[in-house]
Amino acid sequence: MREQPILQVKNLQKKFGEGCQHCLDPEIRQLEKNFCPYCGTIYAVHDVSFDLYPGEVLGVVGESGSGKSTMLQGLYFDIELAAGEVYINEPMLASQNVLTLSSQQKRYIRNYIYGMVYQNPLDGLKMKFSSIGNIAEKMIAAGSRNVGNIEARSKALLEDVHIPLRRMKEEPRNFSGGMQQRVQIAKALSNNPPILFLDEVTTGLDLSVQASVLDLIKQIQRELHISMIVVSHDLAVIRMLADRSIVMLNGTIIENGLTDQILEDPQHEYTQQLVYSLL
Amino acid sequence: MQTKPHFAFFDEGSKKEIRRATLKAVAIPGYQVPFASREMPIARGWGTGGLQLTLSLIGKKDVLKVIDQGADESVNAVSIKKLVQYTTGVALTDHTAEANIIQSRHRIPEHPLREDQILVLQVPNPEPLRKVDAREYMTKRMHAEDDYSGAWLILFEQIMKYGKMTTGAAHPVYVNGRYVMAPSPIPRFDNPKMYYSDALILLGAGREKKIYAVPPYTNVESLAFEDYPFSKESFKGKQCKLCGAEEVFLDEIINQETGDRTYQCNDTSYCMERLNSAQEKEVESSYA
Amino acid sequence: MGYVAVKGGTKAIEASIDRLKYDRLKGNEIVEINTILATMRTLVDQVMSEASLYAPFLAALAIKQAGGSMEEAVFLLRAHRSTLPRNYYSETVEVEKMFVERRVSASFKDIPGGQFLGATNDYTHRLLDFNLVEESMEDHEQWLAEYKKGLEGINATEIQYFPKVVDYLRAEGLFKTYPLDDTTPKDVTKESIQFPSDRSERLQVLTRGQTGAVTALGYASLRGYGQVHPTIGEVRVGDIPIHVNHPYEKNQDEEDLFYIGEIKVTEVESFVPVPVKKNDRKEELEFEIGYGISFGQNETKAIAMSILDQCLESPHGEFPTHDEEFVLLHIDSVESTGFISHLKLPHYVTFQSKLDSMRQVKKGGKTNAN
Repeated sequence: MREQPILQVKNLQKKFGEGCQHCLDPEIRQLEKNFCPYCGTIYAVHDVSFDLYPGEVLGVVGESGSGKSTMLQGLYFDIELAAGEVYINEPMLASQNVLTLSSQQKRYIRNYIYGMVYQNPLDGLKMKFSSIGNIAEKMIAAGSRNVGNIEARSKALLEDVHIPLRRMKEEPRNFSGGMQQRVQIAKALSNNPPILFLDEVTTGLDLSVQASVLDLIKQIQRELHISMIVVSHDLAVIRMLADRSIVMLNGTIIENGLTDQILEDPQHEYTQQLVYSLL
Repeated sequence: MQTKPHFAFFDEGSKKEIRRATLKAVAIPGYQVPFASREMPIARGWGTGGLQLTLSLIGKKDVLKVIDQGADESVNAVSIKKLVQYTTGVALTDHTAEANIIQSRHRIPEHPLREDQILVLQVPNPEPLRKVDAREYMTKRMHAEDDYSGAWLILFEQIMKYGKMTTGAAHPVYVNGRYVMAPSPIPRFDNPKMYYSDALILLGAGREKKIYAVPPYTNVESLAFEDYPFSKESFKGKQCKLCGAEEVFLDEIINQETGDRTYQCNDTSYCMERLNSAQEKEVESSYA
Repeated sequence: MGYVAVKGGTKAIEASIDRLKYDRLKGNEIVEINTILATMRTLVDQVMSEASLYAPFLAALAIKQAGGSMEEAVFLLRAHRSTLPRNYYSETVEVEKMFVERRVSASFKDIPGGQFLGATNDYTHRLLDFNLVEESMEDHEQWLAEYKKGLEGINATEIQYFPKVVDYLRAEGLFKTYPLDDTTPKDVTKESIQFPSDRSERLQVLTRGQTGAVTALGYASLRGYGQVHPTIGEVRVGDIPIHVNHPYEKNQDEEDLFYIGEIKVTEVESFVPVPVKKNDRKEELEFEIGYGISFGQNETKAIAMSILDQCLESPHGEFPTHDEEFVLLHIDSVESTGFISHLKLPHYVTFQSKLDSMRQVKKGGKTNAN
């Protein structure tokens, strides 16, 4: 018996631009990569569907502009998607397309069900507040009103992500990039979210720092069994973290399957290039 | 070319418009209702919001009290009273119990208010989330979405840094379990007086063009964590050197020569009433 | 020791007001309203502009009463304005029908209709003129007679109206032609501004803005804290007629409108290149217009306003001059001077409260009342 997916994503669409007579109808659409040569409209995400199962790590790999980050931001409600359906296997959200919920309900999902780690820590952290305050914010948003509990949980999380507690009252703007990412991860984990999104979390970090952040993510996955979507342009990151992967190109999914399988036997020409460049 | 001002300064249309905003504010406790704040003959920031509320409400039979930082005789309170009386001729009083409209800056009187009284508070900064985001567009959204984590976070940060909440006046309150509200900068000491108040409390911010309200018998809770409860300013062990009152908000006075510190009631009319009634008793007993 | 600080407020105020009057009178000189009107035109203009009430006589009175304080005069006129019933809105003013006194363009050497320098301080040398210390009416009359003599022989046969510079460029296709937008503008004095704002609201707030504040922010944008670099298409100063329609019989015919007088305005159209996304996904530069207008002759403010208008048309996170809340909520004279000056009011309750808070921190413990 197959488990129920915790997250079902169906036919996501996102375009930037108005569209024109040449591109609005998908039947006759002739795009250059992902944009319409006539009006410049970008079809950033086109017909993306997949399932995420409890406890699994799903990798999303693709070059910049492939739509993977846009897709993730859409799932996290940072940007509004044009069309599509997203279902979360939670009793209170049963068979509701969460994309159509009110902004309050979406915030509930962000506070209780999702965690997000952005590529740029500026997007995920309040640089003027202390590191512990940043972690606390998410717990406060989810209704915690006990300083002792919030503080204890934040400290435990900071230790988990290897931030020395003596620096917990410092603002993350004083921190290195790797430390900022670890604070973001601690924040994302604060409410024990069943689903965690990671967007290019190691991009731009030094190699040694990359390795420590990746180790941390693996450890979290092992210990907490959180379902994760890991977006990266770097196949090495995907190989290390993801059980199953999808490959995106120009806004669409061109290949999906077990990560090992994709690496051993890439089907699509683009994936083949990607894999060979890794070797 | 002498011209006589209209009763209560405004034309009736303006008053109606302000009253409409006021009714809306009463209907949605703690929600800041935007209104077309009029240009007043006193300066923005000097009580134009409160004044507009008072002028829109006042009738010929009303009795008005105006206080500034607790004092009836403070210069700006006097100035506001003069203007209202000049344009309405209403009776003025210092006695809290005698007034049915009380306009105040930064204090709720010590004398408990009644159902038939309206307290009008002057508000400089009506937005409790201004420190969370400078932009009105953003704070309006946060209110709409009941997103107050920023307000709580500020208090949490204070606790992390200083070991306790360090708010002075204007400690934010939750009104009717829905809107977070700036209680005008009344001291924390006065926050609990808003909780299930018998009197209607109206708050007016003229420069920021907002009216909001706490209707009678409304739940008003000061923001606080379970393990770091809200607390008022402490005047423990201190009393008014004039009337001997305890458990009131006290002004601290430093003697220039000796450097000694003494205290007296901030609410001047409350203090005066206590002194007078003490004197009466003394007189009575000496004649007895 | 008696009661502190709050006794005798009534007496103190009365004494203060008397003292203010004494200061105004003690020099034993009277400045007549007419003197202000006749000799301080630009001051009157500026007060009317910031007060947004076109009433030269009242503005001069306000200046007299305020002892020359700009902020005070504007304040007086604003407060007076709010007591006046507003029964009509005028018809849309047509600036093409301006009786032009002055008109310059920085964009073209020669503009159709010609540049028109008119009266301006721009080319005076700012040297104190000590001859003004002792002026006489005889000297004035003599100068005026000669000046008029010099004008003899110039026969004005008919009033010349000047088309807008931008109209020529529109005809050439260099500027986009927009259809006339007859949406009733919002009135910021009757409905408080909400964000995001309309252009009609933005223009109203800008034209009511304090001259110094509008100039400072326009300058900041021009200098680098903003992205608008305009060329002045046209500055024109002159009188424009105001008409109102019958309140009940809405006349469609222009001839039947009621002429109620004319007002002097300064109008500026700045040409600002802005990047526009074209259909073939290339960016192109197009000219947009930054618009500035103010009562009377107040060219610096009108130009600065035109910069800020265009700044706010294209929001830009990096620069406060492109942030509508930052600009529009901080340039009003009555609001800014009022709130700054309110700091003079006693704040001892709030201060006591903060003091308590800080003392409790020093004591330690969880709650304040330990």
